[in-house]
Amino acid sequence: MESSFSSPRNDSFPAGLRVLVVDDDPTWLKILEKMLKKCSYEVTTCGLARDALNLLREKKDGYDIVVSDVNMPDMDGFKLLEHVGLEMDLPVIMMSVDGETSRVMKGVQHGACDYLLKPIRMKELRNIWQHVFRKKIHEIRDIESHESIEGIQLIRNGSDQYDEGYFFSAEDLTSSRKRKDVDNKYDDKDFSDCSSAKKARVVWSVDLHQKFVKAVHQIGFDKVGPKKILDLMNVPWLTRENVASHLQKYRLYLSRLQKENDIKSSFGGTKHSDYSSKDLQGILSVQNSINIQQNDVAHGSYRFSGNNLVAQNADPKSNEGDIKGIVSEPVAEPKKGTTGNIPDSQKTRSSQMDFNSSYAETQKGLVGNVPDSQKIRSSQMRVNHSFASVESEVNLTAFDSTIPATYSWNKIQLEKEHKPLIQLNNGFSKPQLPGPQHHFQADQLQSIPSISSRPSIPGGDVTGSSKSKPSYSEYTNHHGSHVSPTISPTISATDSFPGQTKSCVVDHQLSETISTSTSNMKNQGINLSTDLESAQRNLILGSTSPFASLDDEFQICWYQGDCYGMNLELQNVEFSEYTDPTHVTEVPAHLYDALRFEYPCDPSEYSVLDQGLFIA
Amino acid sequence: MDKNQSRRQVRLMRQSLFDQGFLDEQFIQLEELQDDSNPNFVEEIATSYYRDSYRSLQAIELALEKTPRDFSKLDSYMHQFKGSSSSIGAKKVKAECQQFREYCNAGNGEGCMRTFQALKKEHATLKKRLEAYFQMARQAGPIEAACRPK
Repeated sequence: MESSFSSPRNDSFPAGLRVLVVDDDPTWLKILEKMLKKCSYEVTTCGLARDALNLLREKKDGYDIVVSDVNMPDMDGFKLLEHVGLEMDLPVIMMSVDGETSRVMKGVQHGACDYLLKPIRMKELRNIWQHVFRKKIHEIRDIESHESIEGIQLIRNGSDQYDEGYFFSAEDLTSSRKRKDVDNKYDDKDFSDCSSAKKARVVWSVDLHQKFVKAVHQIGFDKVGPKKILDLMNVPWLTRENVASHLQKYRLYLSRLQKENDIKSSFGGTKHSDYSSKDLQGILSVQNSINIQQNDVAHGSYRFSGNNLVAQNADPKSNEGDIKGIVSEPVAEPKKGTTGNIPDSQKTRSSQMDFNSSYAETQKGLVGNVPDSQKIRSSQMRVNHSFASVESEVNLTAFDSTIPATYSWNKIQLEKEHKPLIQLNNGFSKPQLPGPQHHFQADQLQSIPSISSRPSIPGGDVTGSSKSKPSYSEYTNHHGSHVSPTISPTISATDSFPGQTKSCVVDHQLSETISTSTSNMKNQGINLSTDLESAQRNLILGSTSPFASLDDEFQICWYQGDCYGMNLELQNVEFSEYTDPTHVTEVPAHLYDALRFEYPCDPSEYSVLDQGLFIA
Repeated sequence: MDKNQSRRQVRLMRQSLFDQGFLDEQFIQLEELQDDSNPNFVEEIATSYYRDSYRSLQAIELALEKTPRDFSKLDSYMHQFKGSSSSIGAKKVKAECQQFREYCNAGNGEGCMRTFQALKKEHATLKKRLEAYFQMARQAGPIEAACRPK
């Protein structure tokens, strides 16, 4: 229930505010709990960020505000912040004993509503309700403005304006809104959950996000607008506000990724070799790998700088082999992590929304050739998502498909279907989620065989669309020498996979994707140089079977770090065989010839499929 | 009389903890949180702090012994320790934490070692003082409400 806030009862407001406190210090947890209880708030405490995300996900509408410490062992507070913002769109307050300007700035950049310094006074906590209230007001305003705009009063000059300048319009309309939100857009978007009743928050499931990303790609990132997206998505219960808000976040996510990518682009060669940590890495690494220096990888050269899969080569190159595969997109961008996650490898992560879209965007780009790395930006982690979407577009431009896998990790609740291909693992997975991740992989791996035919991405059907032939060529492993198609469903790696639950989902998807990808790989001739960078790459693909059917599936080779290299050698390799991931590592050499896409399915390590892309 | 004396004693002990710089405002915040539903809240918090901080100190000690010293790790441990010490308002301990971090930033291993010793000392001293204080407070009876220090 929206808690008593949806309709605040003046007499008791803000009593009953449901606060989730996250702090690894048990002493502080006790103190904060006591303080908040004294404010008559309803408190839930959590010692781990992951647990917090789980709690939030389980009860989507169960909390009004989150208060979190910045330094936590399992996940960076900024990442958590991003996740929460993307997935749940709740106000988040950061706390720290460190009051350095740069830290505070970072908090604000990542979307924190406020930043408190420890030791915290009770009076500071007493006022946190204002953030919740403010958000609600904005949501209402959005709805109202939306309605009025939609209504007869199209004062705004037409829908275009509305779409693009929705935020502004809203501003106009609600002149009373004097907040100096610099970006109206962002402000409004943040509150996007204004559903009709202004109550229910829209949950951007993987599926939904996929659709969103797909729509964004179809429209063209620069021309995108909430209305157009909404129309394309064709989700009846979704409102324009929801989309607008989500779009805003997505943009933030992408820009973070992009930054990461930029940093990463230097990777070129796949710097990602150690994806392990950062969540995003996986996806982005692809970029590097995509660069595929190897030559054919041209397609693959997704340069996912950093997080985003920068599918650079969209294929025109078709390197000899025609890198079809989708370049593994940003495979685990090395830590850059978008925001929080990604850039710090959190960036993208935080965008929780694993913006598939990022892939989608990438894809778009891919098609054209080298989608800009920017697209990838959001991806880092979200890359997962994008893969799905990517697939459609990319068809070969090599980058497409690969990424799908990534999304799953994060938020994407990818339900299995997802194109397993993109298991973003690349480096990402390694990080944090060792636990959850792993089991995903296992799951996925198992599912892989079954998936063979297109793992439809549960979400918006992403799989179907793009998968087509992911010319994976991209999967080039990083450094070129090995093409280890480690397609590790990096599910989690990046950003510490939000909550385990989520990651699980991803796994599924990844595995699925992997299977699908494998099949595609085959077609694509993914040359995955088996040289899987161990650890990082887990070829989720594991099963061979899917290959054939996967045609479309792209091989999401996400090299997490290693991948970049994509040894283009793979290019000509077809994935005809998926052997088990373990194989992959061994076969570096001959991978190239045949897509031996061996996926070292090593759940424990997400090997990143660097290679992923083979050139068919 | 005994009670009165005890209470007076408690007040004095408490006051001196502030005057001598062992505790800061945070301690008062904790006292304010104490109520009927949590009559020993402050003591519970102090106990919790000491329990956790021991672990932290051990970790730091181990890290200090390693060579070459990983300053960034040490800094991060200390950052956490500082945060935790701020929970009870352990003023002197916090000051040592800050000093330690400065030495870490400068890469001064010797400085770190020295500061760490000082820190442990402060940590132990405060513990003794608090234990004595709480014990006396219990004896004196629950009426001992905290007087706000000036």
